[in-house]
Amino acid sequence: MKHDRKEKNRRKSTILFLAAAVLILAAVTAAGIILEGTATETDFSRTNLAPGTGGLFGTDWMGRDMFARTLAGLSLSIRIGILTAAVSAVIALLAGTAAATLGRRADAVISWCIDLVMGIPHILLVMLISIACGRGFAGVVAGVALSHWPSLARVIRGEVIQLRQAPYILVAEKLGVSKFQNVRRHMIPHLLPQFLTGLILLFPHAILHEASVTFLGFGLSSEQPAIGVILSESMQYLTTGRWWLALFPGLALVLAVILFAVLGERLRQLMDPSSVHE
Amino acid sequence: MKHRLQFAGKKLIRMALLLLGVSIVTFLLMCASPLDPLQTNVGQVALGSMSPEQVARLEAYWGVDTPPVQRYLGWLGGVLHGDMGTSLLYRQPVLTVIGQRLANSVFLLLAVWVFSGILGLVLGVAAGAFRGKWPDRLIRGYCLLISSTPTFWLAILLLLIFSVWLGWFPIGLSVPAGVAADAVTFVDRIRHAVLPALTLSITGVANIALHTREKMIDVLESDYVLFARARGESETSVILRHGLRNVSLPAITLQFASVSEIIGGSVLVEQVFSYPGLGQVAVTAGLGSDLPLLLGITVITSAIVFAGNLIADLLYGAADPRIRRGAARE
Repeated sequence: MKHDRKEKNRRKSTILFLAAAVLILAAVTAAGIILEGTATETDFSRTNLAPGTGGLFGTDWMGRDMFARTLAGLSLSIRIGILTAAVSAVIALLAGTAAATLGRRADAVISWCIDLVMGIPHILLVMLISIACGRGFAGVVAGVALSHWPSLARVIRGEVIQLRQAPYILVAEKLGVSKFQNVRRHMIPHLLPQFLTGLILLFPHAILHEASVTFLGFGLSSEQPAIGVILSESMQYLTTGRWWLALFPGLALVLAVILFAVLGERLRQLMDPSSVHE
Repeated sequence: MKHRLQFAGKKLIRMALLLLGVSIVTFLLMCASPLDPLQTNVGQVALGSMSPEQVARLEAYWGVDTPPVQRYLGWLGGVLHGDMGTSLLYRQPVLTVIGQRLANSVFLLLAVWVFSGILGLVLGVAAGAFRGKWPDRLIRGYCLLISSTPTFWLAILLLLIFSVWLGWFPIGLSVPAGVAADAVTFVDRIRHAVLPALTLSITGVANIALHTREKMIDVLESDYVLFARARGESETSVILRHGLRNVSLPAITLQFASVSEIIGGSVLVEQVFSYPGLGQVAVTAGLGSDLPLLLGITVITSAIVFAGNLIADLLYGAADPRIRRGAARE
């Protein structure tokens, strides 16, 4: 087959992209933590400045630098996103494997729970869980973490059911390997790639829902520099023409989410045997 | 036919059980909340200046001292008689509040549902048919961008562009200032619904288009399409006769599954545009710890979602004879 040497192969370019994306996201997270002090600094001599004269992203009505606030908010969002996506994915893994291996009754119960959680409109469920935990940081984390597992759990359940009929698993069973050993030594290594990509593809949802719920007033409190808080405050200043309060923080959030989404998609293509040679 | 009825009956029982589960979960979550409804609605200062009797009466009104199980059973008994209790914030029966708001939202939601479904299907089929070429790249890029965009930010952007800069649409309030609520004309209502509907449609398309594209690619790689091409059928005929037909099945499921997403999006969008629909009242009820109202909203929206799934299941059988026979054999 003719092969163009100049063209890098997909695996290499994906790994490069992966490294770059992780680096950017890590840099944003770190910068946000460092800038958290600057983000809350008020300076009433320079309020409501448009971008340009008032720094990169302008300043708000309290003279806070919007660039610092955006970075701090983004950093907080990314940290919450990682935490909640990880918790969600672990719940999904446990629920999915349990449904597929612990017999019909467990399967019925877990499938019922999945249907239940998927039946309540997502944002309402996050709101409800957040209220149950008293809103604030704990509310938002619990709400997002406890509501994102069903779809991934369903995927894992299907995969494990298929896997159980695989010859090598059947052989292991016949050889007297215990159920637990079988799950740990044969199933989890097979599931890991799918699980990891599912985990990364959960980030965008988690971050978006965190911002949405905070925007509605059920999440982080207004002192925290969260993107949802910034945007909900900016709503009051829209009619007076202060567009930069809403535009840049939102844009930054979109970019971060896209980065995560593309990262997950690339990883999925690379790990999925059916598309790895595309 | 008998089997079909049995199938539908089983699904209905499952749906009723799920709704019961939804109400219990919602109730438990609201009860577990450490937020004191008196503190949030009456305020610390006002509470401090009240006599103990007044506080006790308020506590009885908000149901603070009644045990949860008793409250839930009381609520459930009421629901079976068609009474969902009284909203604590609006001081009206929950069903009246929800009915009013739902009437406002239904128009918006239906328009979005139909529009995003059709556009999503068309875009998905187009992307699948042009796989790897520029229309596909364009549509996929659009879907990626939109699914990474928070709905409420998009709403803010549209508000900024069309209402503040261009002044084409009103900024909020579905009742214009200085006009009585019942004097609002139909045209006014539509003018206020355009931007929310546009926002929800823009976001609703992405998911449907991406899934339809996947299905379309699967279909176009199947043996029967290969055979059709070998017979010399034109590409348009292949797409219309084989692609669209086979994609229409998953499209039905997607269309009905998107109900949940649209309702969720409407919560955010109605908040931004201060559109007096069900979503806005859900946020108000949540912030004010209005248990009966929030419980009612959750149960009714979940019922809509489950009904959507049920219709999809039934339509699936109606559209595909193989599934019909499979369901009958079970």
